[in-house]
Amino acid sequence: MTSSTLKLDTTAEDHHIARLAAVALGLTVLEAAIPSPLPGVKPGLANIIVLIVLARYGWRAAAWVSLLRVVAGSLLMGSFLAPGFFLSLAGALLSLIALAASMHLPKRWFSAITHSILAAFAHITGQMLVVYLWLIPHNGIAYLLPIFAIAALVFGPVNGLAATRFMDNGDKQNLESTQ
Amino acid sequence: MMFKLGDGVVLLLGCLFTVWLAATFWQGGAADKAVIRSGGKIFREVPLNRDLEIQVPGPLGTSIIEIHNQQARIAADPSPRQYCVRQGWLKSAGEMAICLPNQVSVELTGSQKKYDSLNY
Repeated sequence: MTSSTLKLDTTAEDHHIARLAAVALGLTVLEAAIPSPLPGVKPGLANIIVLIVLARYGWRAAAWVSLLRVVAGSLLMGSFLAPGFFLSLAGALLSLIALAASMHLPKRWFSAITHSILAAFAHITGQMLVVYLWLIPHNGIAYLLPIFAIAALVFGPVNGLAATRFMDNGDKQNLESTQ
Repeated sequence: MMFKLGDGVVLLLGCLFTVWLAATFWQGGAADKAVIRSGGKIFREVPLNRDLEIQVPGPLGTSIIEIHNQQARIAADPSPRQYCVRQGWLKSAGEMAICLPNQVSVELTGSQKKYDSLNY
């Protein structure tokens, strides 16, 4: 037997994305312990990381972290390629589209809170599309729409606020350490 | 400053959107149409948004059905015990008034029914 080692050339950016994705993963696992009244209604704490990455390192890095989080998170939870995986994948993809659009809003008036709210609504839109087009093609699920919208309305701003808080504190610390 | 003006606007829009969703999808009980049957066959289907009085012929005589203010009732009927008249105004989808002796009935329909079936 010959043992072969596969050597991948990684850049500092790769390491950085991996580290951030790991934090997002931790939050995903943590969140799985929180009981939810309805499948799909979750705080989406990992999105705090995605928001920070978007603000600091741009959309490409945010997309990497978000999608790595979805794939690796589903592997950890044992739901890879199960319906739940496609729900979060669709949600993450639509959120990323919403983030790509909203990040160009003028920074003077719009902060990460706006990004978070829009991404949260995009997330439930993606989920409901998968549910309606694939899992439960019945008009009755329209009854659940307001519940998911309320969840987005609560968790969107909360995550956004958390992200801005982290970034403010981080900036202060950076300033202090450079002083 | 963490919370900016635009954030407030977006949050407000989100609230409005959620309220709109709830108003649209959670008012399943509202009726929009009355189905009038005579002798088991559909006599007429009328929308509830117009006030109207309809005369429906049956074996005993004429039943008068009144539509007013998104509600419907059997205003007069030749049946001996007047059950359907005494039932009064029908408001939500799935509600029904039946005058058995005269074989006339009114049923309200909407996007969603509040009851699958009713029996007395």
